[in-house]
Amino acid sequence: MFKHIMVPVDLAHIEVLEPSLKVVADTAKHHDASITYVGVTSTAPNSVARTPDEYQQKLEAFAQERHGVHGQPVAAKVYTSTDPIADIDDILVKSIGDNDIDLVIMATHLPSHLDAVMPSHGGKVATHTDASVFLVRPSQS
Amino acid sequence: MDNNHQRPDDDTPAPSEGIPAPEGAANLIDTDYVIGQDNITASPIGFNIDLHGKVFTISSLLIVLFVVLTLALQDQIAPIYDAVFNFLTSNLAWFFILAANIFVILCLVLVVSPLGKIRIGGAAAKPDFTYMGWFSMLFAAGMGIGLMFYGVSEPLTHFGTAFDGSDWAPLGGAVGDFEGNEAGSIAVGMAATIFHWGLHPWAIYSVVALSLALFAFNKGLPLSMRSVFYPILGERVWGWPGHIIDILAVFATLFGLATSLGIGASQAAAGLTYLFGAPESDITMTLLIIGITVIAIASILAGVDKGVQLLSKINIGLAAALLFFVIGVGPTLIIATGFFENLMSYVVNLPALSNPFGREDANFSQGWTAFYWAWWISWSPYVGMFIARVSRGRTVREFIISVLLVPSTVSILWMTAFGGTAIDQYVSQGIESVRDAGLELQLFVMLEQLPLSNITSFIAIVLVIVFFVTSSDSGSLVIDSITAGGKVDAPKPQRVFWAIIEGTIAIALLLGGGLTALQTMAVSTGFPFTLILLVACYAIVKGLMSEPKAV
Repeated sequence: MFKHIMVPVDLAHIEVLEPSLKVVADTAKHHDASITYVGVTSTAPNSVARTPDEYQQKLEAFAQERHGVHGQPVAAKVYTSTDPIADIDDILVKSIGDNDIDLVIMATHLPSHLDAVMPSHGGKVATHTDASVFLVRPSQS
Repeated sequence: MDNNHQRPDDDTPAPSEGIPAPEGAANLIDTDYVIGQDNITASPIGFNIDLHGKVFTISSLLIVLFVVLTLALQDQIAPIYDAVFNFLTSNLAWFFILAANIFVILCLVLVVSPLGKIRIGGAAAKPDFTYMGWFSMLFAAGMGIGLMFYGVSEPLTHFGTAFDGSDWAPLGGAVGDFEGNEAGSIAVGMAATIFHWGLHPWAIYSVVALSLALFAFNKGLPLSMRSVFYPILGERVWGWPGHIIDILAVFATLFGLATSLGIGASQAAAGLTYLFGAPESDITMTLLIIGITVIAIASILAGVDKGVQLLSKINIGLAAALLFFVIGVGPTLIIATGFFENLMSYVVNLPALSNPFGREDANFSQGWTAFYWAWWISWSPYVGMFIARVSRGRTVREFIISVLLVPSTVSILWMTAFGGTAIDQYVSQGIESVRDAGLELQLFVMLEQLPLSNITSFIAIVLVIVFFVTSSDSGSLVIDSITAGGKVDAPKPQRVFWAIIEGTIAIALLLGGGLTALQTMAVSTGFPFTLILLVACYAIVKGLMSEPKAV
């Protein structure tokens, strides 16, 4: 049913992604889908990479590492922004169109009272795309 | 980002192992420092925070301390601030004037030198914003608000002092050279105004912005004032010397913004009172500051692209409309010829105006010029850092033309149109009210003599308010990134926090008094920053020399 899965990745907070990465691997294998890991980085140096190209390199390494785990075809795509914190939702929606994505799997936090002021990225992406969106909550055990 | 772009210099070996160069050839600085390594992260009450422990804590405490002291001990502390500032402008005026000349000369040399070809962000970097969006942001951040207030009042003031033979007149007005000489007074008055709003302030901004952009985008260091000191201090910039530089930058930015916000609100309120009879009360001003802060927060949440950029573009559009309206319905011919005459007068008087030594017009050179230079310099970390952030992908030459030459030309046109119209109203039409009005009302009185004054005055007030929104907005981005150890991707609530602090301090000082006192203190930070800027000049040259030749 799904051919191309997009997985937004924040290399600065890999630990948050753990539960969703397992879901990605299982779903991709089940549907025999390819996976594109998408990163959004600031043009200015940040904690992960001092240049956008360095970020690309690290994301590619990450994608290859995941490929070793699940064996499905992978790609890594980095978008840059002057203000990634503010632009991330728009960039992810754009990336869905750019890369012909039919399923987005992303980690998200538990719903909270703050969502009214600052909605979660997953929720915002889901309202602006035709692709299916799978939000993976952190493990509650 | 287009990942398939050509990297013509792929085989140029990068000096720092393991880290690829920015797009295309550039020369990264090899350091083990990881951005954010000294940061504290936590999630109190559901908000994520990510802050540089020392810079954030110390600057916050200092800010609270200064505000409390200023509020509590107004009568005792205001004279101290004044004394510090008077000492700086009267004894060190030569230093400010000389330093500003160095900045202008450096920029002009860079435009024509081969170093001008180097691109910020690496040889293949692409600009993040269009020319229009970029230029609007530069201008709105740099002096939008000032042009609204001083566009009419400063030319009138200098013209008046020269014409009256007052000892505040620029350039030997003290000996009465221009007394009663209308044309001569206009020429020297406009030259003096343009001097304060032309090449020098923009060169100050250019130096800060260029050095920051170079060390962040080409050298891979965090976007923070301290990075500029790397060529001198080396790894020590990550320690206390760097902390102090950053704390000073936060201090100057926050107090510069908060006091301007307070003073600006009182001026906008004066305009509203004049136009609509709104009560000129503390409540009006407090509501204005709250309103400005709320819009600024909305803009901060929308981000640079959809927030500041959009607002700046709208505002520049409105400002241009107002400018062309004044040119069109005002004395069009006088403005058209005046533009070139004033430009000539500026060029002719520039050597005398910018001469740091043996000045005989102490009131003017110390009270005006040195004050302005200290003021621009104390704003420079904020404006410069914001300009740096949006300037990736431009060449050094493009950068200086756009940050120095184009804005200076626009300033000349603006001053000629607004100041020229007002002077013409006074000189040719004998309208004295425009000269007699209070500083904050002169713009409105000038517009009142022209048709459709209700509409244009309203636009002028909107412009003032929106320029403040963009200042509060970009200022919060800058302070947040400095207090987050150079991170531009720290959590959003931190930016909102700074915008609220700015508004709160402005209201506290407005109601409690001490606004001008604290502004004096903020301007005093211009002195240490002049030293920082001189270092930045050295760092720019050194940094650019170490870049690979642009292709």
